Amino acid sequence: MNFIDYFKKLKERREKALIPYFTALYPSKASFEKLAITAAESGADIIEIGLPFSDPLADGPVIQHSSQTALKNGFTIAKMFRSIAGLRVKTEIPFIIMTYLNPVLRYGANIFFTQCRKNGVNGMIIPDMIPEEDGPIRKEADKAGVAMIYLVAPTTPEKRMRLIASRTTGFIYAVSVTGVTGQRENIPAYLPAMVKKIRMVTDKPVCIGFGISTPEQAKAAVKYADGVIMGSAVVKITNPVVLKKFIKQVKSGIRITGSTQRYS
Amino acid sequence: MNYPDKNGKFGPYGGRFVPETIIPALDELAEAYASSKKDAKFHAELSSLLENYAGRPTPLYFAKNLSNKHRAKIYLKREDLLHTGAHKINNCLGQALIAKKMGKRRIIAETGAGQHGVASATVAALLGMECVVYMGTTDMERQAPNVLRMRLLGAEVRPVKTGTMTLKDAINEAIRDWITNIKTTHYLIGSAVGPHPYPVMVRDFQSVIGIETKKQIRKSEGRMPDYVLACVGGGSNSIGMFYPLLNEKSVRLIGVEAGGRGIGTKLHAATLSKGAPGVLHGSYSYLLQDKDGQVINTHSVSAGLDYPGVGPEHSYLKDTKRVKYATVTDDEALTAFGELTRTEGIIPALESSHAIAYIGKIAPKCGKNTVIIVCLSGRGDKDIAIINEKLKIEN
Ligand SMILES: Cc1ncc(COP(=O)(O)O)c(C=O)c1O
Repeated sequence: MNFIDYFKKLKERREKALIPYFTALYPSKASFEKLAITAAESGADIIEIGLPFSDPLADGPVIQHSSQTALKNGFTIAKMFRSIAGLRVKTEIPFIIMTYLNPVLRYGANIFFTQCRKNGVNGMIIPDMIPEEDGPIRKEADKAGVAMIYLVAPTTPEKRMRLIASRTTGFIYAVSVTGVTGQRENIPAYLPAMVKKIRMVTDKPVCIGFGISTPEQAKAAVKYADGVIMGSAVVKITNPVVLKKFIKQVKSGIRITGSTQRYS
Repeated sequence: MNYPDKNGKFGPYGGRFVPETIIPALDELAEAYASSKKDAKFHAELSSLLENYAGRPTPLYFAKNLSNKHRAKIYLKREDLLHTGAHKINNCLGQALIAKKMGKRRIIAETGAGQHGVASATVAALLGMECVVYMGTTDMERQAPNVLRMRLLGAEVRPVKTGTMTLKDAINEAIRDWITNIKTTHYLIGSAVGPHPYPVMVRDFQSVIGIETKKQIRKSEGRMPDYVLACVGGGSNSIGMFYPLLNEKSVRLIGVEAGGRGIGTKLHAATLSKGAPGVLHGSYSYLLQDKDGQVINTHSVSAGLDYPGVGPEHSYLKDTKRVKYATVTDDEALTAFGELTRTEGIIPALESSHAIAYIGKIAPKCGKNTVIIVCLSGRGDKDIAIINEKLKIEN
């Protein structure tokens, strides 16, 4: 699948992408699957699936906890792919895996991306892999047709923004805070300027993540971007009924407002 | 040596595997380090501190009683005599001066045994910087005297309760702090690990150990040693000792890892001996991991060696076979601790006791003129509670 076209279609419908994050097989295999399907059916546009790693150094307490719990419950990469295969039959929503580099390397990049292709994973985010170090991974991802999504941080200078944007085959993940994942009181004041800078170097879609936890924050954040990723706030919700309400609420707040109202 | 390359690679090892947020700070650090290396004023300031504050050069002590016992010529490089009691201060002084130059007023550090935490707190006090040290709660318990020392020196010790609650998790937390406070903070990494430029920078600051040793042994023996032993946690005292000796082809270099309850069990921290290459804490190096790439829990009686990763240069030196890596169990280290204490009147750190213990493994192959140098990386005052419990010392 092509993320650039996918975002173009969303734009034509005057929509912005809502990308909730779920830790794979957390709190259990059945709950994870139920939650992911619920999100897909309630208005999410892309599902981000976190593959737990023992040492998640870009993550705050909530995702650390969910990862540790999943690992304690016997998580394996093979089990995750089986679960994703089951989800793929039920929904066409794009899936993105977020994990750290070591599990992919150890599993074998070739086998890992082959499994992605076979089980319907469309994109990949590896926060501890910068473009300069992506050689072996990138080759396999390209071969399997899995999009690579790279992060831009508030500290990233323009020159690196260009490099990152040029390497991205999915969308650009704009990290909204200098910090780890987790909830924040406010979205930072520099965010609009940061996204504007990214827009100046690329036409590729830009989504904002890290620290976006309320419908209001999501609404404010997507004003300048094409979508929003919500991690810790979503991982905390383990009740499908609550999740459904939350996803609907966020999604309804992030439409492009203006004269042409397509939905009622 | 023409490594690391400009990307910080030692052969395939090293590099930078960290979130994007940190990359510009690593560039800034690499630049500040490169300019300091060329700066005579920086060298003068560092040398003066090493000499007058830390107590360099440290003696290369001929251990007569130990030599008689093992029928070889055994020398100890006395890093234990340095201010704060271990080699860690060599690196801390260097990095703190660079942090100052970069205008960073806050330093953070991780610590296992507490020696690096104490050294960091010490240089922060000296240079008027704010200091936060991350330490696993397991280590806070087993190295309690050092927790108190850090606090007395004005550092904030933040307990880390995640994962195994040891050094690995302390590094995770320190990196998370750094990502969050990247603009104001320097992360003072305590071993030859982490993303480029840390492994090369820490090695350079610790190389003073090997440089002095070479001069000293030439003076006392008129030649290079036959064996050099050092313990390997993250690998800083060992690389500091080995690096200046790499070109001395006749010298056998041996890095000693923590064998815990034995490398046939799951309870050890023998990364190079039992691990496989992977990515942890910003660099590609040997790693103790399962088949899914999850990092495995380690065990060692010594908090400073209880770590599933290792500095990337060691991985390279293992593959090229220039350095041999071996292991010593908890019990062997404890025995060596007792032996050195009672034969030489020197109380070694449990980390260093691993290197001491390896003397017993090579001595049978040695003649009375075989020269063995052991890096005595630190003193063991911090360990006396553990020792007392393990050895049930009787009078
Ligand atoms: C006395 C002493 N020796 C050795 C080590 C191990 O570290 P490295 O391998 O970096 O020298 C430590 C670490 O805490 C230590 O305190």
